[in-house]
This record gives sequence, C-alpha cells and structure tokens, in this order.
Amino acid sequence: MNNSLSPSRTLDIVHKGLKRRVNAERRFRLCGLFAIIFSLVCLSTLFVSIFVNGYTAFFQTHIQLTVFLDPDKIDTPNIMDADFSGMVKQSLRTKFPDVKSRKDKRKLYALVSSGAAYQLMDIVKEYPQKIGSEIQVWVPADDDVDMLMKGHIKRNVKESDRRLNDAQISWIETFEEQGKIRKQFNFTFFTSGDSREPELSGVRGAVSGSFLTLIITLVLSFPIGVATAVYLEEFAPKNRWTDLIEVNINNLAAVPSIVFGLLGLAVFLNFFGLPRSSPMVGGFVLTLMTLPTIIIAGRASLKSVPPSIREAALGIGASKTQMVCHHVLPLAMPGMLTGTIIGMAQALGETAPLLMIGMVAFIVDIPGSITDPSTVLPVQIFLWADSPERAFLEKTSAAIMVLLFFLITMNAAAVILRRKFEKKW
Amino acid sequence: MQAEIINAMSPDAELFQAYSNRTQSMENRSMQVPRGDRRTVGQATVENPKVRCENVDIFYDLGEKKAINNITLDIGQNEVIAMIGPSGCGKSTFLRSMNRMNDTIEGCRMDGKIFLEGKNIYDKDVDVVPLRAQVGMVFQKPNPFPKSIYDNVAYGPKIHGLVRTKNQTDEIVEHSLIRAGLWEEVKDRLDKPGTGLSGGQQQRLCIARTIAVGPEVILMDEPCSALDPIATAIIEDLMDELRKEYSIVIVTHSMQQASRVSQRTAFFHLGDLIEIGPTEQIFLNPIHQLTQDYITGRFG
Repeated sequence: MNNSLSPSRTLDIVHKGLKRRVNAERRFRLCGLFAIIFSLVCLSTLFVSIFVNGYTAFFQTHIQLTVFLDPDKIDTPNIMDADFSGMVKQSLRTKFPDVKSRKDKRKLYALVSSGAAYQLMDIVKEYPQKIGSEIQVWVPADDDVDMLMKGHIKRNVKESDRRLNDAQISWIETFEEQGKIRKQFNFTFFTSGDSREPELSGVRGAVSGSFLTLIITLVLSFPIGVATAVYLEEFAPKNRWTDLIEVNINNLAAVPSIVFGLLGLAVFLNFFGLPRSSPMVGGFVLTLMTLPTIIIAGRASLKSVPPSIREAALGIGASKTQMVCHHVLPLAMPGMLTGTIIGMAQALGETAPLLMIGMVAFIVDIPGSITDPSTVLPVQIFLWADSPERAFLEKTSAAIMVLLFFLITMNAAAVILRRKFEKKW
Repeated sequence: MQAEIINAMSPDAELFQAYSNRTQSMENRSMQVPRGDRRTVGQATVENPKVRCENVDIFYDLGEKKAINNITLDIGQNEVIAMIGPSGCGKSTFLRSMNRMNDTIEGCRMDGKIFLEGKNIYDKDVDVVPLRAQVGMVFQKPNPFPKSIYDNVAYGPKIHGLVRTKNQTDEIVEHSLIRAGLWEEVKDRLDKPGTGLSGGQQQRLCIARTIAVGPEVILMDEPCSALDPIATAIIEDLMDELRKEYSIVIVTHSMQQASRVSQRTAFFHLGDLIEIGPTEQIFLNPIHQLTQDYITGRFG
C-alpha cells in the first residue's frame, strides 16, 4: 500500500467518508432535539394536569343570605360570645320555612360553611351600628355544594351515590334561580391557614412557614457555605485532611434528606430542646442539607476565576485576603449565587426532613415568628393530598401551583442575578 | 514592515544590524568554552546592586524537579537586564523568585538568598506584601482587572494606603498613565472597563498599574509576546524611559528585543545560567558555545 498522501488522494479519502460523517452529525443533533422535545412534553403535561386540576380552587362558591342581626342574641361588649351560627341557621329556616324535620334541617344547615358564622362576627365587629337590622351577606358555601357547582359531584347519579341528597340539590336550585349562589375569587385560599373545612383552608400559613424557614436557611447556609468554599479553595493547604473533607462534603450532598431530618430530631429537638415544628429548627435542618450544594457550587465558581487575575492582584502587593475579597469573590459571586438559589429552591421543595421534626402537624395559625409551630408548602401539599374530601384535591393542585410559582420566581431571580453580576475579562 | 519599525524606533537598531551581519561569520568559529561546561561565564556581579541573587536553587513538585541550579546574578541600579534562553530553561521561574511569586505555587521550594538592597527577601520576618510593592511585576498575558481603567491603576495605591484623598488618587492615576504612555489614549474614558482596551493598551495599563505603586524593580515576564510589532515598539521605548527610575528585569524569547532594550543579557539553559555579560558582547562575541548556538538559531 502506498503510504505517501498526495493532496488529491487526501481529498478523495475525505470525500469518501464525508457522507458518513455528515450523517453521524445529523443523527447526533436529532438525538439532542428529541431529548429536548421529550422533556418539554413531560414538563408541559405536568403543568397542564396540575393547572386543569387546580385552577378551580381559585374560585369558591358563595351563597347570599339575608341575616337578621338579632340584638337579643348579641351582647355588645362580648361580641365573641354571640350565637352567630344560630343566626345563620335562622336565616336558612326563614328562607325555606317548609323544612320541618330535624334531619332535614341539619341537611339544610350543611349547605353553608361553618365559616359563615365567623364572617358575621367580623361584620358585627366592624359595623356595630348594623345590630338590629337585616343584612345581605355572601357567605362561603360548604365544600360539597362547591363541588356540585364545579361539576365534581354529578346531579344525575343515584341519590345514595352522592354526598348531597335530592332535597339539598333542590334548595341549591332555588338559590340558583334567585341568583343567590355564585362563584367568586377565593381570597380565603391566600389569606388563611390550614383548616379541616376545605372551603376555609388556605396556603397563607404554609407560605409564611416556608418563607421563615427559607430565611433561616439562607442566613445560615450562604455565609457558612461561601466561607467554607473560600477557605478550602484559596487558603487550605492541599493535603490528606482537606481531601478527606472534600470527599465528605461530596458525600453529604448525596445523603438522603430524611437522614438530615432524623439528625435534626435527635440533635436540635431532643438534645438542645428547641421548639418542635418551628421554622427555626426546619431552617437548621435545611441548612445542613443545602450546605454541600452551596459549597460545591462555590468551589466550582472559585476555580473558574482565571489565575491571571490572582497573579495580577498578588503581583502589585495585595495580601491573600485582599486578593480574594476584591477580585476573586466578586468574579465568583454569580456562580455562588446561582448555586445558592438552586440550593434554596431544593430546600423550598423539601418535605421528608421536615416530617421528622414535626412540621407535618395540623397547624391552623399563621406563624408569626421563627419559634411558632408551622408547616411549609410541600408538607401542606402532602397533608391535603392525604385528605379524603374531594375539595382538597383541587386545593392540592392549587398549592402545587403556588409552590411552582415560587420556584420559578427563584430560578428567574438566579438568572437575573447572574446576568447582573457577570463580568467579562 | 517589522524591520522598518525596528529601524525607525529602536535606539539599538545599529547593534541589531551588526548582530545580524555577524551571525553568519560566527557560524563555524570555535568557542573558548565548550558546550559541556555548565559553569557561568561572564561577570555576574556588579557594584552596588539593586538585587543580588546568591546560589539560588529552585525546586518544583516538593523537591523532585530542579528548575534552577545554583544561580548567582546581580541586578544593577537603573539597568534593563534581559534573560534569554530556550523554553523551559527556568527564566520565568527565576524571575518570579525575585518577588516571591513562586510562593503561590504548590510544592515549590527555594534555596539560596536573594537580597533586595542588602536585605534577604526570603528571611522569615519579610512580609511579601511590601516586598511586592517594591518589586512590581508585569505578566506575559495582559491581565487587567475587570474594573474600570481608573480603578485598575488606583487599586495598588489604595490597598497600600499611598493615597488618602480623591485628588491624590487622581494625580497618581494620571501620572502613572502618562509614564506608561497611555494617558492620551484613555484620558476621556477612565471609567470604561480596562478589559475593553486593545492588547497593547492593556499591557501598558498593566505597566501603569505596576508603577502606580512606586516600585524599585519591575519584573517583566515576556511582556510583548502577545503584542504586535507596533505595540511592542511602544513598550520597548517605555522600558528605556522607565530605566531612568527603575531597575527592570525582562524575560524574552525575542533576541532582537533583548538586544534593543537591555544593557546586560543573561543566557539560561536547562536551569543553569550559562553566560552573562553586556548585551553587545553576548550578541556579538559570545564566549560559551551554547550561547552562540542559541543566538545563531542552531537550537531553541
């Protein structure tokens, strides 16, 4: 075989293999395209199904009642003691006077949410001059009525197969004919905490809990993570000890989060006796979980700062600390922030470790401080998904939407911050 | 084009011309010192040196690899000394030992003594921060900070506390940029990023940044290797100007550059200082066979 390659021979050989190369290239690109399309389809399926299931939760059926605020029943200084639910019942009885039997009456009362009484109380507290008069008020309907209005309970099935009997449906139809039942925007969902009644429950408590927990996590994990990354990358001698630390940090990143929960339970709750179910302890546990992410991202971004910048700073007599603080850290900051926000997003969606420290408890109150018992969004989703009521199904999807909204906001913030701080050299 | 510029701008153009003419005739002359002899030839010491390096050994990889072998060399006051030699011969390593930049390299060890005005810079009590303010450095690749031109120059004086007021800073920035021959080009855009300048301007910015601290010695590690002939000529002129106030050590791969800018030239080979002497003598009458081989282009 002739081994000497003349230019024309080289060209011949190249041309022969060219078609194969072009085809390989096309196949490779198609694979990538297919992968992207596949993941986009999966993602949009997820989003669409959540939205379709959940958007109805943003609307809530309300019923208009005419309530007589009986001055005999309201003791002016102690408004709280008045029998508002009695007034609601009275109003329903007046509306449907032919309902006589005890059983039927109870069915009638069940159309209106128990929250109606609290709504009346609020009105009376705000406008005490209305005592003694008749008022028109939109009160939330019971979740079963809500489900019926949204079509989740079918009217045409056998009476025994649905949660509302024929009499209840006929009353609802009366309300419908008079235009006294309607769906309106569900403010309750955003302003109240958890509740046993789906129509009274909201995500406010969980959002506050998540917010407080994340604040604690951020305040602890960002400085500790950055300091660790800077020390390991810039100052620590490279020896067996630092190798060991590095391996262990990488290990920590892979430890199942429930283990961190157990650690939190054992150390923070049992040993230090910190308050159970509190955002403070939740934040501590999530800090443990987020730290490895931040450290690894921080070290990677420190490594990516070109050595010429370090030499330049050292060359004009900057001390090592000055070099790090004035030049290396600002250049590494975008990467560190991205890592931190990704870690935060992970922490926001974390459920398992928080179950272990009691943040899974049923908590109605909205937490006001980091030591109050509270829950967080993903745990709230878990709790609602576990509830038997049909109405909690859509609440679950709605809560997932709220969680996704926060996640997308955080990730968008990461992109914006990175653009803002990124510098060219 | 290149030759024209060199002729027009270099003060040592004649020397270079003479050197080029002589190369041919030197080809087959037998030298006084043969290739195998690795002792330093020439006068390594000067009277009243700025920097005196005594028996310097430098090791990499925790002593496994010896990069510099027992080098003794003086840097005089107000002189430009050029270091030439094939790649990997230890020129840069030796240069970087003079402001202890090698300290930053993991596993690098140094034996011997380097005196800056009589004080051993490797003594335990010497802090590298003031040392590096005294011995400035310009690197091969222009490396301005990703900050404004003004901040690039003002950074050194600021961290060393040389300036207190805005006026003082302005003054020192302007002075340094003028000395580096960059002022006219950038005076209207001092707040623009230094990384937006051209390669030659960036390198002059780095020089301005170095002289803003007021060093006594400037180390230059192949400062023109990334620059075109015009920018190179400007920087070479600048070195000649700076020599009046500073001692300059320059590592270069261009023998023309060495012959144009330096008063003394040191030839390194595989970690040894082979020959040191006045530039003219090194290029016209090298004593060592290796030096002759190198400058006539037989290797390297």
